[in-house]
Formats: sequence, C-alpha cells, structure tokens
Amino acid sequence: MVQGSIKPFWVILEVLAVVVPMLLVVAYLLLAERKVIGYIQVRIGPNRVGWFGLLQPIADLVKLITKEIVVPKKSNRYLFVVAPLLTLVPAFAGFAVIPFTENFVIANINAGVLFGFAMSSLGVYGVLIAGWASNSKYAMFGSLRSAAQTVSYEIAMGFALVGVLIAAGSMNLSAIVLSQHGGILHWWFIPLLPLFFIFWIAGVAETNRAPFDLAEGESEIVAGFHVEYSGITFAIFFLAEYISMILISALLTTFFLGGWLSPFEGIPLLQEWFKFVPGFVWFCIKVCWFLYVYIWIRATFPRYRYDQLMRLGWKVLIPVSIVWVFVAALMVILHVKPWF
Amino acid sequence: MTITDYAPILIFILIALALGVIMLVAGSILSPKAPSDEKSAAYECGFPAFEDARLPFDVRFYLVSILFILFDLETAFFFPWALVLRKLGTFGFMAMMLFLLLLIIGFVYEWNQGALEWE
Repeated sequence: MVQGSIKPFWVILEVLAVVVPMLLVVAYLLLAERKVIGYIQVRIGPNRVGWFGLLQPIADLVKLITKEIVVPKKSNRYLFVVAPLLTLVPAFAGFAVIPFTENFVIANINAGVLFGFAMSSLGVYGVLIAGWASNSKYAMFGSLRSAAQTVSYEIAMGFALVGVLIAAGSMNLSAIVLSQHGGILHWWFIPLLPLFFIFWIAGVAETNRAPFDLAEGESEIVAGFHVEYSGITFAIFFLAEYISMILISALLTTFFLGGWLSPFEGIPLLQEWFKFVPGFVWFCIKVCWFLYVYIWIRATFPRYRYDQLMRLGWKVLIPVSIVWVFVAALMVILHVKPWF
Repeated sequence: MTITDYAPILIFILIALALGVIMLVAGSILSPKAPSDEKSAAYECGFPAFEDARLPFDVRFYLVSILFILFDLETAFFFPWALVLRKLGTFGFMAMMLFLLLLIIGFVYEWNQGALEWE
C-alpha cells in the first residue's frame, strides 16, 4: 500500500489476489477435513470424484448451486436471504488486516487488532438473524445458543488480546509480528501461554466448531440455525464458517506464533539453510497447523453440554485470562528477560 | 496514518459482498423452482408446527448479554492501557489494578449470586 494515496485499481487486484485463492483454500479445506477425519477413523474419505477425490469440492459446489432454494412460508423473506451474506462478509473482511508477508498487507492500519477482533465476532449477527428469520423452533434455539456462546467467549478472547497488546505494545498487526523477531523463543506464545490457549479455545467456540457446535447440534436441534436453508444459501453459511476458521487460525498465527517469521531465526546453521524459504510459506505452514488441529479436535471430542459450555467460558477462561493479563503486565513492569 | 489507509477495507468488504451476491444470483438462476405448501413448512421433525417459533425465551440469555456488555466495556478500557503500559510505568499499572480489583469484586458478586449457573 502506498502511503497517503490510494490506487483503487491496484487495491482491487490485491483484494482479488486474496479472495480468489481463499475460495480455493476453502474448497480444499472441506476435502481435507473429510479426508483427515476419514483417516482418523481408519477409512479413506472421498476418493471417487477425480484423482484421490480432488474434484469432490467442485462436485459439491455444482450440486449445491443447482438445488432448489426453499424459503419457509412463515419466514421474513428479506432477512432470510440477507443472513448468509452477513456471515460471509465479516469473515472475509477480517483478512484485510492480516499480514501475509513482510510487505503484503491489504490495509496496514494502526487499529488492526481491533478490526480483526470485531470481524471475528460480527459473524454472530448472521447466525442470529438466520435463526430468527427462519421462524422455525430449532433455528431459533440454535441462534439463541450461538448468541450467548459467542458473547461469553468473546470476553475471554478480549482479555487474551489485552495480553498480546501488553506484550507487543502496538495494535498494528505487522508491528506485532515484528515485535516477535529473534527466533522461536521470542514468539508471544511462550510468555503468554495461558492466553494463547484461551484465544485458541475461544476461537474454536467463536466459529461454532466442534466441540462447541451447539448452535447447529445435529443430534439435538436437527441443524440449528440453518435447518431451513438449502441450496446456495446453505453453501454460503458453510463457506463463511470455513473462512472464519481460516481467519481465526491466521489471527492466532499473527498474535502468538510470529506470523511470517521463520522459526529458525537465530539458530546458527539452520538459519542459513532455511533462508531461501519465503515468509509466506512459514505463515501458511502455521495456519495449516491450526486448521489441522481444528479438524483433529472435531474428530476427537464429544459436544459440550450447554451448562458445561457456560461454565468453561465464565468460570474457567475469564478468571484465567484476568490473572494472566495481570502477570503479563507485571512482567512488562519488571522487565522480565528475555522477552520484555 | 490517514483515513485513506482504511479505504482498502471498504473495497475488500464491497468485493466480498459482491461475491456473495453473485453466488446467490447464480444459485437462484441455476436452481429449479417447484414450491409447494408442504415443502415450505417449517421443519419440526416431520410434525406440523404447533405455534409460532418466536416464543418467550429463558431470562438467563438476557442476563448473559447484560454481563457481556459490562465486561466488554471493561476490556475496552484495557486496550489503550495495554498499549501505553511501558510509558505509564508503575503508577499506571497500580491504577489499572485498582480498576481490575473493582471489576473482580463485581465478578465475584455475580458468581456468588448464581448468575453464571446453567443447570
């Protein structure tokens, strides 16, 4: 981005360079999820459409786009159609502030952390409106649950962010990455370990993923907030969910795992050997790790009960995050080496 | 930093919105349309719906939202403090810990009152 002057054409190209690959990534994340869960459960996963099932996501998309869009008769038609867009847009928009490499950020703004945080929590409006507009009992339950859940985990997430800001001293995401320079020991996940896990858990809850998928719990409220959705409207919800998964992974990478920084920095021999690897590759590896853990968690844990979910959010994550914000501030004040 | 730094975000949002709209339009063009009364009824596991879905709901959802507003406001006070903590030094740290103490008193109170119970 050139400072002070915008070149709309150039910016549009940059945005497309993020959005279009993102769609491909989501398509293959879907396939990867089914494959990985398949292998975890000692079976193969999709392997019929294309080589190794590589065309499966394309086939799914073609199927969904040619299915009838059913609008329930007692629903609010306008809100019913707008709701999927309201989940999709914030999920995408969060990527505007993510530093993919040293020089590639679409909007290198100073309030980047706030923006990313806001976008990751805005998605709940789409879910709420979808549940309410469908005028179906299960959809309504799903959206109520989703609202209370997002709201509970957002506080812990906010406190985790306070810890990051204390450590990095900046809200600009590129500056936060640069503040972790100097090898793997200087990444913030070590001094902020409890906050790292809290942000991670809250991120899983925020994206309505297992084991926190109460908003769409298939076995109790049939499919929750998107029972009534079909065809492309359902596909957009699906797309938004996976994009926000990637967004949370990218935020975790940026805040705690040193973004595009190489893990071998400062180690004499390895540093030279891995010098040729571009920062973008490190960024992708870290994001892929978080995405893999998302899938791994889904294949491993049973769904939380609602009272357990609330207990974890309010009685475990919030107290722990408050304590660690205090500890982090104390470390900064006392200049605890080697981080501060 | 100027306001123009935020312009790419606006462009990003517009492109994301356009993408969503294109998908919706493509879906509505390519999909078959065969509406029927049965198909567009609300799904309640095969039974006809008893009543309107927009029923009164559990007051605890309301309570959680209220608590959220309080806590979110408090995190909003924490953000600027965290950014300038190094410049504020020990005095700034102590002042915020006093604020945090008041916050914790409120939190302990609501915990004791059972506002966080969901059984």
